[in-house]
Amino acid sequence: MAAVVPPPPPQAPRRRCTPVTWVRRGGLTSLLFLLPLLVVFGVFSWAPIVQSVVMSFQRTNLVGPVTFVGLDNFAQVLNDPLLWTAVGNTLWFAVLALVFGYPVPLVAAVLISEVRARRGLFSALAYLPVVVPPVVAVLLWKFFYDASPSGVFNTVLGWVGLGPWQWLQNPASAMPALVLEATWAAAGGTVIIYLAALAGVPVEQYEAAEIDGAGIWRKVWHVTLPRLRGVLLVTFILQIIGTAQVFLEPFLFTGGGPANSTMTVLLLIYDYAFASSLGGDYGAATALSIMLAAVLAVLSTIYLRVTRSWSAS
Amino acid sequence: MMSHRSRVFAALALPLALPLALTACASTPDDELNAEGKVVLTVAMDAGLDGKAVEAFNARVAQFEQAHSDIDVKPQEYTWTAATFTAQLAGGTVPDVLTVPFTDGRGLIERRQIADISGQVATLPYAGALNPAIAKAGQAADGKQWAVPIAAYGQALHYNRTLFTQAGLDPDKPPTTWAEVRTAAKQIAERTGQAGYAQMTQGNTGGWILTTLDYAFGGRTEKLTGDTAEATIDTPEMTEVLSTLRAMRWDDNSMGANFLYDWAGINQDFAAGRIGMYVSGGGNYGNLVTQNGLKPADYGVAALPLAAKPEAGVLGGGTLAVVSPNAGERGKDAAVKWIDFYYMGKLTDQDAAVADAKTLAETKQPVGVPALPVVDRATYDKQQEWVKQYVNVPLAQMKPYTDKMFDQPLVTEPTKSTQEVYKILDTTVQKLLTERGTDIAALLKAADTDVQSTIGRG
Repeated sequence: MAAVVPPPPPQAPRRRCTPVTWVRRGGLTSLLFLLPLLVVFGVFSWAPIVQSVVMSFQRTNLVGPVTFVGLDNFAQVLNDPLLWTAVGNTLWFAVLALVFGYPVPLVAAVLISEVRARRGLFSALAYLPVVVPPVVAVLLWKFFYDASPSGVFNTVLGWVGLGPWQWLQNPASAMPALVLEATWAAAGGTVIIYLAALAGVPVEQYEAAEIDGAGIWRKVWHVTLPRLRGVLLVTFILQIIGTAQVFLEPFLFTGGGPANSTMTVLLLIYDYAFASSLGGDYGAATALSIMLAAVLAVLSTIYLRVTRSWSAS
Repeated sequence: MMSHRSRVFAALALPLALPLALTACASTPDDELNAEGKVVLTVAMDAGLDGKAVEAFNARVAQFEQAHSDIDVKPQEYTWTAATFTAQLAGGTVPDVLTVPFTDGRGLIERRQIADISGQVATLPYAGALNPAIAKAGQAADGKQWAVPIAAYGQALHYNRTLFTQAGLDPDKPPTTWAEVRTAAKQIAERTGQAGYAQMTQGNTGGWILTTLDYAFGGRTEKLTGDTAEATIDTPEMTEVLSTLRAMRWDDNSMGANFLYDWAGINQDFAAGRIGMYVSGGGNYGNLVTQNGLKPADYGVAALPLAAKPEAGVLGGGTLAVVSPNAGERGKDAAVKWIDFYYMGKLTDQDAAVADAKTLAETKQPVGVPALPVVDRATYDKQQEWVKQYVNVPLAQMKPYTDKMFDQPLVTEPTKSTQEVYKILDTTVQKLLTERGTDIAALLKAADTDVQSTIGRG
């Protein structure tokens, strides 16, 4: 017996979309409302991005005529030995920032959340460095790091018979010194995020843990951290992206020195573009920027895929 | 009819196309006119001047506007820095009249990044009297004068007389050899606790000063054959320079604790009495006083010690006044009139020289800071006479420099990829001063290779 194939359901007649119907349906009004946003984003974000991509295939000093050079800029950057120094330094900064900078806000947030009195005051104190403009903070820390015996940190060390230390003037200690300042400057924002997340942890879970005889560390390990997992994963990737783009600290503290020990990828991009007064190598600078953006995009995608199951569980 | 895909495309294309269209609206230079039809001319005024210095500048602007009723001058704070210059130039945010170092003159002209004012410059009465060696820095390959040299200098050894006295040294007898510099630096460091000798290392200034010392020891950083340049960093002279610095840094510990100085930073610390000696342009006194609060009594300057070799010389440089490529025809005429009035008049015309010196003296700004002549020596000597009564800088304290500055052989900065070469040498000197036991031979070999690769590319 042949199967009876039911006739396909009648298709709804496709509605014609003409400019007139688009306008009638409020398309123009939507566009008008969107326009300021599109112009602002377009002029200040998208156009520079598009122009950067184009420029990475060009040789230009922004004033004279432009030459298309294909992939030469990318090859030039990849053959620059300083690139690998900068990549190594950036990774070193990222590792130091993750090992020392990442746990600090978490510990601070947990401690503040445990405090019964004046919690607001401690939160404000933790957030205070974020309020200080970053350039001012760096200049302030430059005084702290003064390598002479009369420098602020060296004076304090002198009281206990230590130092004077070279801080920024020594290739080995320069990067850790930058990480210390960067951690101080940025921790406040993350502390507030963690405090907000901690507020969402049900009190009953802590009470149940206490009844089971758990101390503070077991409560943190078995209650707090699992509840914060999603936030921790997001701040982790944000930290990696942030550290990969570190610029302000090496630029203002050391200019990449001593002897390129704090030369980071972003500082190298800056140097390509601006180290020569006669028209920087904008092609190389944009080529490296695009490579950095691509690496970060790939890294973020992999990270999010890998951790999707963790954060869901 | 607009399909879904087309609408998506339009939605994406609009924000991309609109800004590109907006940013693509380049125009040929037009003169900016004010409501009264006067041509508006923005002119560079050093950034960070104190109130009195700004007052003096504004007084000169008023005098100029009185003499040129068709020009409206607007001062704009501007100081040349290597890092920001091209971006500012490309962005059109430099003033119409600005100053750049000699190093950049030829490159800017070749790349047509500045306006051609050679026609206007040729009409100036002293156009033919410019010091030929110095005028060259502002000339195109065909000899046309696109930029006007307004100041020239030779490097000098600046020192703090108060620290010299405290260290038991005679401030009227500064060091005349590098061995004496080393001894004096050690004595200052030991007896005062301050840096005996400090050196710039950052923002391309490390290379600038290292090149200066190389010249002083008889070396050169590159050798030009026609248009081809060869790096000459790895030489006995440069080895001697680095060995001297290493001894001062690591054996004597007389170079203080900061090895990341740029020009602004070292001036600041010198003016604050934290540095005994450092090398910089001979005319630095003005900056030290007006922007860093140096006490004149502290100041001393001496000729740069030179090795006893015929090749030993003083690195010379200077400043060019140039006009932005955004200036229109009337703007260029007005710009050259301003250059003539503000920068050159005081060097070539008695009335202008006296008026300038009087204004500066009345506002307690330095008059009489030593400089090399940009015009012929006879005009220079006359100018010194005209302003003699207004001189307010401690000339006697500058005698160790002024007595010798005309006799020292001047050597121009490296001409190929100057800033890039300086940047490479920044790393060289930083490594030497921050890493104990650095292998000088390996350091110079690496720098030589890097410089060769850079000048070969440039």
